[in-house]
Amino acid sequence: MSAENRFLKNIVLTKRCEKINPESIESYVNAGGYEALKKAVTMEPQQVVDEVKASALRGRGGAGFPTGIKMEAVLKTEVFPKYLVCNADEGEPGNFKDKFLMENDPHQLLEGMIICAYAMGMEKGYIYIRGEYIEPIRILKKAIKHARGKGFLGKGILKKDFSFDIEVRSGAGSYICGEEFALVESLEGKAGRPRNKPPYPTISGIYNKPTQINNVETFSNIPFIILEGAESFKGIGTKSSSGTRLISLSGNVLKRGVYEVEFGITLKQIVYDIGGGVPGGRKIKMVQLGGASGPLIPETMLDLELDYDRLSENNLTIGSGAVIVIDERYDVIEILRLIMKFFKHESCGKCTPCREGIRQILRILYKFGSNSATQNDLKLLRTLSNVMSETAFCGLGQAAPTALFTTMEYFAHEYTSRIKKPGVILKAV
Amino acid sequence: MNRVNLTINGKQVSVLKGTSILNAAREAGIEIPTLCYHPDQFVKANCRVCIVEVEGRKELPSSCSTEVEEGMALWTNSRRVLEARKVIIELLLANHDADCLMCHRNLNCELQKIANQAGVRINRFENVLEMQEVDISSPSIVRNPNKCVKCGRCVEICNEIQGVNIIEKIGRSGEIEVLPTFGRYLSDVACTCCGQCSTVCPVAAIYEKEEIEKVWEAVNDPGKHVIVQTAPAVRVSIGEEFGMEPGSIVTGKLVCALRRLGFDKVFDTDFTADLTIVEEGNELLSRIKNGGVLPMITSCSPGWVNFIEQYYPELLDHVSTCKSPQQMFGALAKSYYLDKMNLKPEDLFVVSIMPCTAKKYEALREEMSVDGVHRDVDAVLTTRELGRMLKQAGIDFDKLPEEKYDDPFGITTGAGVIFGASGGVMEAALRTVYEVVTGKNLKRMEFHTIRGLEGIKEAEVDLKGLTVKVAVAHSLSNARRIMELIRSGKADYHFIEVMCCPGGCIGGGGQPYETTNELRMKRIQATYQADTDLPIRKSHESPAVKALYEEYLIEPLGEKSHKLLHTHYRDRSIKRAQ
Repeated sequence: MSAENRFLKNIVLTKRCEKINPESIESYVNAGGYEALKKAVTMEPQQVVDEVKASALRGRGGAGFPTGIKMEAVLKTEVFPKYLVCNADEGEPGNFKDKFLMENDPHQLLEGMIICAYAMGMEKGYIYIRGEYIEPIRILKKAIKHARGKGFLGKGILKKDFSFDIEVRSGAGSYICGEEFALVESLEGKAGRPRNKPPYPTISGIYNKPTQINNVETFSNIPFIILEGAESFKGIGTKSSSGTRLISLSGNVLKRGVYEVEFGITLKQIVYDIGGGVPGGRKIKMVQLGGASGPLIPETMLDLELDYDRLSENNLTIGSGAVIVIDERYDVIEILRLIMKFFKHESCGKCTPCREGIRQILRILYKFGSNSATQNDLKLLRTLSNVMSETAFCGLGQAAPTALFTTMEYFAHEYTSRIKKPGVILKAV
Repeated sequence: MNRVNLTINGKQVSVLKGTSILNAAREAGIEIPTLCYHPDQFVKANCRVCIVEVEGRKELPSSCSTEVEEGMALWTNSRRVLEARKVIIELLLANHDADCLMCHRNLNCELQKIANQAGVRINRFENVLEMQEVDISSPSIVRNPNKCVKCGRCVEICNEIQGVNIIEKIGRSGEIEVLPTFGRYLSDVACTCCGQCSTVCPVAAIYEKEEIEKVWEAVNDPGKHVIVQTAPAVRVSIGEEFGMEPGSIVTGKLVCALRRLGFDKVFDTDFTADLTIVEEGNELLSRIKNGGVLPMITSCSPGWVNFIEQYYPELLDHVSTCKSPQQMFGALAKSYYLDKMNLKPEDLFVVSIMPCTAKKYEALREEMSVDGVHRDVDAVLTTRELGRMLKQAGIDFDKLPEEKYDDPFGITTGAGVIFGASGGVMEAALRTVYEVVTGKNLKRMEFHTIRGLEGIKEAEVDLKGLTVKVAVAHSLSNARRIMELIRSGKADYHFIEVMCCPGGCIGGGGQPYETTNELRMKRIQATYQADTDLPIRKSHESPAVKALYEEYLIEPLGEKSHKLLHTHYRDRSIKRAQ
């Protein structure tokens, strides 16, 4: 990561990355690690929650729900035990920033979790991590062991009346297990399928107990907020989006990688100034934001700022922070078919619109791919993707047609140009 | 206040807080179509058929799983809702073998009903169904995966209510399937044949193995003497097949209908229910007197017998050796009745009308043949099959006159009737045992604590200084609770009644579709009404039973009884691979 680039702000999440030895707790402590925890345990739990609330930190997993409000809900629920869960499933294609954080600064995540556990009165936490993340699993397990050895985890943390421990668990590699309730089901040892909401996990999560579930990046922001204060955190970013964001930049760009950027940066700056643009001087055809479940937008929209409100005004979201650049050599329909194939593989099969809808979308896309689609197919594609996003049981099915919607809007000619000209096929008599 | 005010289709509605939109609408007389929803089950919300539009919300939430909120304004029939619902139903139909005209559930199918209601006339989607093998391996149940809509009702009843866990959703996305354990055949998993799955299936994905053709063939064979027995629970449920009010007692019409179908004699399983009480009551007293294995457990319910043979074989000594009333009837028919009528074994055909799918399996058990060659019971029809057969014959059930059962197996008591409801066998047994032991006349015959839908019920009866403690369990998950008590030595009961199905036989796996707990209660009330309507209400007072002992059996637990009316069990558990 080039520190001299003016768009990179490795000030919150990545300040220690590639400077400390991630496998040494001493290295982390010497770099100021666990100071936030020491401060937190001198505060009242409500004060910790208030600080997070004041920071306006929003969940970095994709939905962008205010973290402090979630914490408040769990704190106020008088049911015990309560559980803390770190969602490290990172299944969304195009995302690898949680992996980066876990490999480079695992203790920052642990510290964030321990502070949250203290604030909400939890004794048990889980890191639910995708099974393919072999190296992060190894590093996290080691970090947990070291943290126990130093008394940051286990019984009587920092000699206070506070006990908390963390267990690393992994599933069987299913995308849906990144959905919070499917994750909970999987943690309980069941097949990963979502549950009814409400009640939300904050009321009834693991074993139907109050459960706080946050993404790796979200937890990793907590030590900074506690140590430096909510005001410092709000000083970074924009009015409506405080702090920084990790971007997983991939696709047809020169410099792929994980970058910490300040909210307010434009998408164009991410792609060109950080990513170095498209190799070979080719043009950008489209950029997908967030991952497979995110929108596909044309280059003309890259002037948009990275900001929850700005994006939302344009019916867009950055999701979990992926930016996937696709250059002019690629065909929209072909890319869509790849995306929908992914969802066909990953749908849990529980609800009708997702289970049956995705495969029908693929069939219709096939017709577009082979120039045999009709005007009715276009109409049906629009109807079906609408119904899916309006009626699917969980976020997977609701978001699966996002790329379809956005391309029908921004790349309409790609569809209309492939519609078969009207004609009548006569049968010989 | 505990009430929530909202508008549904522009109409002001006030309902209790916590009510689902679906139930709020139903209270207001507004019907929202459903498919996976079942009033006695957890809310699954996976079919998405019951979606509604809530003003101010982008998505269309499922009404079964969404609670009402103060000030909510919702629409159940807006253009948006109706169009989305139609798309969802078309999607379901695009992965369904819609050969409706020849389907088991034709005109009785929940999917067909909602598709018709939604006005589906053409499917805009291509059919993606890959036809799969229909599993006919079980003697009781047929599983047709080509019909399955993945609602999960069968999975829930098998896992949660029956605690048997042999059917599960396997796989994901379009490949998701509802399959017996490890995708095996039904006959290769520890299925109890209870058929509860078939009663909750909204389509024809699981149904009883039909034996109608076999019966038509027999009644139309001039060389065959065909007799039929009717189980206690059928008389309070068959009317539902013809649109009669649930809980209608239609015993006389049932007898008439069967005669019109061509049966030579119409008998009542209640007769052998009475006989069961005499044999089983004596067995209990003998076990108590001689230090036999206690608690003794009833054996009338074949689903239950399958369960204990497969899951608790080490406790089989607790099970009464009495055959079930169906099989006592079959054994007497193929011995006593055969001789009396001077028939050849191959010319006598015995049919039972049962509320049960496990009875089909029971009739095929190797032990159930008096002469070792011919089956004691040749064909078993469920209540639903009888309904279909009567419709085939064009019999307008509702308009039939009432007729009486034939002799000698037609005189019955109230005790025999209540076998149909959970707690009934126990109550019938207590009526008899009390009088046999104390020699006193039982004044109050109703044992209210063991009636109703409570999972496990208990009672105590003082028999000349000995306090007999009894328990009643229905549904196999409750049976499992009782078995665990016995296994851990904590069951200080003398006698336990176990019925496989929720509510007892009135809630059996062969009973009319759309059985709910509400319906079960109506059938139970009808059962107890039928009991009080009868002049004789104690099994040992049945003149037919007395005559049978005098003429043929000599004494309870005697040599003939032993041969004809008692059986044995064996470990049928499926051994795990070593």
